[in-house]
Amino acid sequence: MPALTYREAGRQAVIAEMRLDQSVWCLGEDLGRGGVFGQYAGLEAEFGTDRICSAPISEAAIMGAAVGAAMAGARPIVEMRFADFALCAVDELVNQAAKARYMFGGQSKVPLTVREPMGMWRSSAAQHSQSLEAWYAHIPGLVVAAPATAQDNYTLLRSSIRIDDPVVYMEHKHLWDFEGEVDEGAADFEYGPEQFGKAHVMQEGDACTIVAWSAQVHVAMEAAKTLAADGVHVEVINLRTLWPWDEAAVARSIAKTGRLIVTHEAVGVGGFGGEIVATMAEKHFDKLQRPPLRLTAPRIPISYAPGLENQVRVTADQLVAGVMQLR
Amino acid sequence: MNQANLDTARLRERRRLMLRIRAFEEAAIRAADNKLVLGAIHPSVGQEAVAAGVCAPLRKDDLLLSTHRGHGHTLAKGADARAMMRELFGREGGNCGGKGGSMHIADFDVGMLGANGVVGANINIAAGAAHAIKLRGGDQITVCIFGDGAVNRGPFLEGLNWAAAFKLPVLFVCEDNGYASTTKSSAVTGGGDLCARAEALGVPTESVDGNDVMAVEETALRLGAAIRAGTGPRFFHARTYRLLGHTSVDPAKYRPDGEADGKWADDPIQRAADLLTSAGVSEAELTADANAAETEMQAAYDDAAGAPWPSVRSAYDDVQDVGAVPAPQGL
Ligand SMILES: Cc1ncc(C[n+]2csc(CCOP(=O)(O)OP(=O)(O)O)c2C)c(N)n1
Ligand SMILES: [Mg+2]
Repeated sequence: MPALTYREAGRQAVIAEMRLDQSVWCLGEDLGRGGVFGQYAGLEAEFGTDRICSAPISEAAIMGAAVGAAMAGARPIVEMRFADFALCAVDELVNQAAKARYMFGGQSKVPLTVREPMGMWRSSAAQHSQSLEAWYAHIPGLVVAAPATAQDNYTLLRSSIRIDDPVVYMEHKHLWDFEGEVDEGAADFEYGPEQFGKAHVMQEGDACTIVAWSAQVHVAMEAAKTLAADGVHVEVINLRTLWPWDEAAVARSIAKTGRLIVTHEAVGVGGFGGEIVATMAEKHFDKLQRPPLRLTAPRIPISYAPGLENQVRVTADQLVAGVMQLR
Repeated sequence: MNQANLDTARLRERRRLMLRIRAFEEAAIRAADNKLVLGAIHPSVGQEAVAAGVCAPLRKDDLLLSTHRGHGHTLAKGADARAMMRELFGREGGNCGGKGGSMHIADFDVGMLGANGVVGANINIAAGAAHAIKLRGGDQITVCIFGDGAVNRGPFLEGLNWAAAFKLPVLFVCEDNGYASTTKSSAVTGGGDLCARAEALGVPTESVDGNDVMAVEETALRLGAAIRAGTGPRFFHARTYRLLGHTSVDPAKYRPDGEADGKWADDPIQRAADLLTSAGVSEAELTADANAAETEMQAAYDDAAGAPWPSVRSAYDDVQDVGAVPAPQGL
């Protein structure tokens, strides 16, 4: 299996689906020059300027046009550049894309993949760093994916393009250069609905369950390594998708460990960690031997200066301390 | 309209359609008064010539996006009045299964891709539907109707610019009834000239008396033909007047005394009748057309009133394929 970067895995996923399906259409700013992170490099040369549409700086029009095109038979891939800018297109996503199928009584689906690069990326400050996945998980009609590895990015992106729902597809900006082995050899039919709500156990263990997604999976893995050196073996679950999310995998794990930590880069208040902890407490209270713990960002905007920015990071050391606290 | 070239048969047909729209909405207002239509409805009484002139000549495979005030557009595009009335009543057999109501009426079978509860939101959607047509090839067009209030929202700029930049087949129709809800639009619209805004974005425009159904139709056909020929979007400013309130329960007291009374003289249906009379159509024929529309819509009313409610279980249908929550046991 080749080692690909997370960026390249996403690029290959789009290429594969565009070759298979003429109705797949990319639109977003600066796609012609490869997208701002190079995740569309070379696509214009292969697919032309119609299918790789370099859009004006009109986020509402990009998203709204994608909704209209999806209702008229296309399968758009929307590039929002930064998740923060997608806030200029919230009506189009939340009131239109997510609602059209339901409001119109099932007359039309809205097959749409909305790529929203998210998360902290050194010194990008308050308007280029946010993790807003919980907002979208809250909206009926939307699917939410947050890939952590190159393989996740390949598999989940191909699957997102294939399903008929609007997917908020949140790649993490810090991960673009992360390498990982990617199996691109799966049969085409393996990309699709069954890839969602399927967590991956990155690391088995019995001392504590750490649930994470996106870049925070790598922080959890670092903590696991440190703990393993001291003979403490934690189980790290990479959730991969937040809606639907793999409740069964988390429940299975806490049945073994009796301890639950959910960690995310997003602000803790109203964050998706709360949903996971609440669900486990409601349905699987008997499996928990300790109160569950959320290790998340404080409710402050993200700063520019590294020392200030670090205040919102949940570090591997903090995870290690959290695990020890629950012992 | 020049009397000499009056196409009497076509005008009579368009008047019939306007009468059907009027009768549909009057029935809906009665139903709202009788607590049978529960949500807000926005009547287009006085504006029927825009719906009839723009939408009726469209092909079935042309696409249409409309607004909260969309009953007329939807009927004129060919949707079934009974299914529409059932939707307003929230009953089984409504176009959207009772999930949308008046403000989200849609009939994809006739290319009507939805009314919208968010002012201006249909503009970008229409540009995208047209973009899909362009990518696929073919000579369908997309028509997007919005009010004079929508030109003050961002999507007007983004969507018209988009359509112009990519030379898309869209006819933007601004149905200018002078008011956005309770506010006189001229009081809150900079520059005042809506066509100038569209022109500035590279979209050629035309402004027409929107209560003259044949002038509306002639203009829509001409602009539509240019769009079909691949020359990019057009902006059609149709000047009309909202004879009733913003919603069926709005007495519209904020309008100057006598303003609406004066405008009734300009009622597009009456104007069409006057033209037909002078072209020799008899009073009896005109009355028969009106009666036929009333009868049809009263039947739609009665049908909807007798229709069952949708199964409550259907509240869980059509949310999404992946990650749909199941209906509760026993529902
Ligand atoms: C974004 C948004 N803001 C406000 C409203 C509330 N609202 C509904 S209709 C309307 C007036 C719209 O005026 P116009 O576009 O002229 O259409 P008309 O009602 O005259 O047909 C308003 C303000 C809304 N639906 N959407
Ligand atoms: Mg208006």
